[in-house]
This record gives sequence, structure tokens and C-alpha cells, in this order.
Amino acid sequence: MRRFSYSRPTEVSEALAEAGGEDVRFLAGGTNLVDLMKENVERPQHLVDITRLPLDRIEEIDCGLKIGALVLNSDLAHDPKVENRYPLLSLALLNGASPQLRNSATTGGNLLQRTRCYYFYDVATACNKRDPGAGCQAIGGLTRLHAILGASPHCIATHPSDMCVAMAALDAVVHVESATGTRTIPFEDFHRLPGDTPQRDTTLEPGELVTAVELPATRFDRHYTYLKLRDRQSYAFALVSVAAAMRLEDGVMTDVRLALGGVAHKPWRDRDAEALLSGKAPERALFSKAAEAILADAQGQGANDFKIELARRAIVRGLDQAARGTPQSVTDKRIA
Amino acid sequence: MFRHPQTIPKGVETDDAIRVQLSVNGEPLDLDLPPWTSLLDLLRHRLALTGTKKGCDHGQCGACTVLVDGRRINSCLKLAVSLDGAEVTTIEGMAGEGGALHPLQDAFVRHDGFQCGYCTPGQICSAQGLLNEGHAQSREEIKELMSGNICRCGAYPNILDAIEDVLNDRVSEPRMPE
Repeated sequence: MRRFSYSRPTEVSEALAEAGGEDVRFLAGGTNLVDLMKENVERPQHLVDITRLPLDRIEEIDCGLKIGALVLNSDLAHDPKVENRYPLLSLALLNGASPQLRNSATTGGNLLQRTRCYYFYDVATACNKRDPGAGCQAIGGLTRLHAILGASPHCIATHPSDMCVAMAALDAVVHVESATGTRTIPFEDFHRLPGDTPQRDTTLEPGELVTAVELPATRFDRHYTYLKLRDRQSYAFALVSVAAAMRLEDGVMTDVRLALGGVAHKPWRDRDAEALLSGKAPERALFSKAAEAILADAQGQGANDFKIELARRAIVRGLDQAARGTPQSVTDKRIA
Repeated sequence: MFRHPQTIPKGVETDDAIRVQLSVNGEPLDLDLPPWTSLLDLLRHRLALTGTKKGCDHGQCGACTVLVDGRRINSCLKLAVSLDGAEVTTIEGMAGEGGALHPLQDAFVRHDGFQCGYCTPGQICSAQGLLNEGHAQSREEIKELMSGNICRCGAYPNILDAIEDVLNDRVSEPRMPE
């Protein structure tokens, strides 16, 4: 790891005053940043340790719940308010990483973990995300974990978060602060597709700090699931994951939410597919139609072609689980 | 049990060091640390507490698991300076008075919860973290919640037996070798 200077402010304003420089990074749990620094992928000259900022609370607000950026993933997963109102979020969090990592990783850090692949980590290979314009050696390489939706000729990496897939489905809003003010970003607009600038994972501007994530009041406490399919049964990134939630009134689906993980540079939500499902009875044939619509433009890289069919089946199964009110268990690995 | 810190390794300028207070296995310490020191490297290189193991050094194997304020984390991914004021417990701090084995250590011995032993300190610290969390009630839940600790020898069934034993607070008879 390269050397760097270090500060540990206790006020948000102090942290923001130090931010913005190209070689400055905020440090929270460190589970991704420190790892990338060890590999010389991240080479900051100054770290602003934000772990002592007062951003570690989960607050009731009029329109829902406000989750401080420093709330740990494990605390968020087991918070009774989250478990009761947004069990989809708890389920997604408990499908992510390991207990040790969840005890260190924060809400804001989870959002800001890098969209990545093995080639991004390996500084001996060409990577447009690491070194814009260098090329992408993942394309034509080992692509089992890579994107099937929204990729570009410049980058085919995937965003590995489970938490973010649930937050996308739940219409979360990201609260951001900088030295010049505050703003909010709808969750779907927070992460980016790679296009020709894959070095940018998010729409955050330099000097901006994520301070909280807001969850709208709408609760999905009966009809939801988080179905994660991976190469081993625990502690692995998703090949495909599905966050599904809906309301069912008189046998008719309303307010259907559907987001996919492991398939794109960002959590993948398809509102057209949701609209296709809304107002109709939950039936497998209809779920298949929605899956076809979502995957109409899907494109594999060869080694990950199977993910298209896997995603198709996962969408149908996820919607079926949500409609039946039988969310996938974290511990019982049989697919419900 | 605690051995005194070694001097700062060669090549590190003391100007870069930051004063950090940590309690390690109950011992309060004032340390001057370069900010790029991981908790794992602090424990092993500066404090000579080599029970905590470096496996992958990337948070993927769990061999470096320790308890910070009672919660299990990967010490390889934590900068020691960011833990100023924290209480750290390593495998060296698990045993009781006079070296009496911690119940988990005792259970790992009784159930033969290891082969090469390299992952064991991390397994035991992680299991203590799991007990502190209180979310595991069944064997299946122990399996899921111990998935951050890899055992390349594959001693998982016996590791599970040991942890399940302590979770159930059972005191079983020592098993006789067959």
C-alpha cells in the first residue's frame, strides 16, 4: 500500500472542507477501499476518516425512514423497523458478504463500493475503469461474472451489492452534502451505466458526501423476496439476484417492484416490466412475459451467456415467491 | 501474556505516525502508528500477537477475524488508526485465568475442529462474535453465519459440532478415541 496522510474529523463540515481533491478519499468501513489500496488500484494521497461523523442513526421521518450513511450493514439488517417494514432490505443485506464484512461495511460505503471485475483488480491487465482509454481485457477474457445488460464496449463489469438492489426496488433516495449545499438523488439515478466513461460508477460529484439513504413509507411486508443465485451457497457475489415486491389486492398485483443484481454496471430496475405486471393476476405465463421483456436486449460475452436463461428463470421464480408471500430463506438453501 | 511492542520497522518515518489508543486483550496501549498499518499487521508485526493469521489479506478467508468492541471483523481490512479508543480481542485474549481454555477452545479440542489449525484462531473469534450477535439458533444458521471463515482442510462438520455444542451450552462427555 502506498503512503497517505490521514485525518479524522468529527463534524460533517470539517470533512467536506477536506474533500474534493482528486487524490482525497473518504474512509468509512474500508472493506472495499482498503482492499483496493492494497492492490494499488486506489492510490489516494489523503484519507478523510468519516467514521466519527454523527451519521450513524436510523431515524423515523414523516415520509419513511432515514438511514445514516454510517449505519453498519449488520445493524441495518437487524433493525426492527427495517425488519418489520422493509424485510426485503434485511433479506438482501443478509445475503451480502460475510458477517465480519457486514460488521464493518456501512450503508454509504455499500453504495460506493466500486463496480468491478477481476480485471479491474489486476493492475497487470488493461482496464478502462482503472485507466480510462487503456482498453478492456475482460472482453474476450473470463466473463462468468460479467454483465448481460447495459454493458458497453468499454466495460462489462457488474455492481456486486445486494443491499443496493433492494434499495433500487424500494425507491430509496440518496441524501448528499457538499461544501456548497445538499441535494437528493433518486436511487435509480445514483449508479451509472458504463458508456464511454466507465471510470465513473455513480453520479456523485467531486467533494460530495453521502449522508443518508431515505426509504419511502410504502411498506412491502408480505409480498416480497430476494432470490440470490451464486456459485456457492453463501458468501459469494450473485450470478443473478432478483428483488421482487408487490401488493396484492383481490387477486390483482399493484405497485410491482422488480430489480436485478449481478447482471449490470448498476442495480437493474425495469419500470416497463413492472407496468406490464401491474393490475393483473399473478400467473407464471405473465411472469415469463415480463422476464422476456426485461431480457430482450440482454447480451452475453460467451462464458456468461447462461446468465440470460438463469435471469429469466430467476425473475419468474422471484415474482412467484413474492406473489405467494414465501420469501427465499437465507439459511435454507433450497429454492422456495 | 502480552509482549511489548517492537520498535517501528525500518523504512517508516516516525513523522508519519499517528498516536492511537487501543486496548488489546485488556491491556491499554498508546501506539504511534503509520496510518497505512492494518489492524492485522499491528497485531502480528508490532505487538507480536501472531495467533491472528494472515490468509488472503483481502477479507475473503476470515483467518484474521478478531473482535473489536465485541464484534467480529476482518482485521486485514481495517486501518488500525481508525479504531482509536476501541477494545480489541484476539485469540490470545480468549482463555481465562491461569490459561483455562475458553469454552469454544475447549469445544474445538473435544470435537477436533481443525486439521492444520491455520484457520482456527479466526474460526474461534468468529464463533464468539456469532454467539455475541445472538442470531444463530440452529445448525443451519450457524453454517450460514460462519460462512466468512474458510477451512481449506474441510474440517467444517467438526467446527460446526464445536460451535453448536457451545451454543446449546451442552457439556458433553469427552469422546474416547475409537
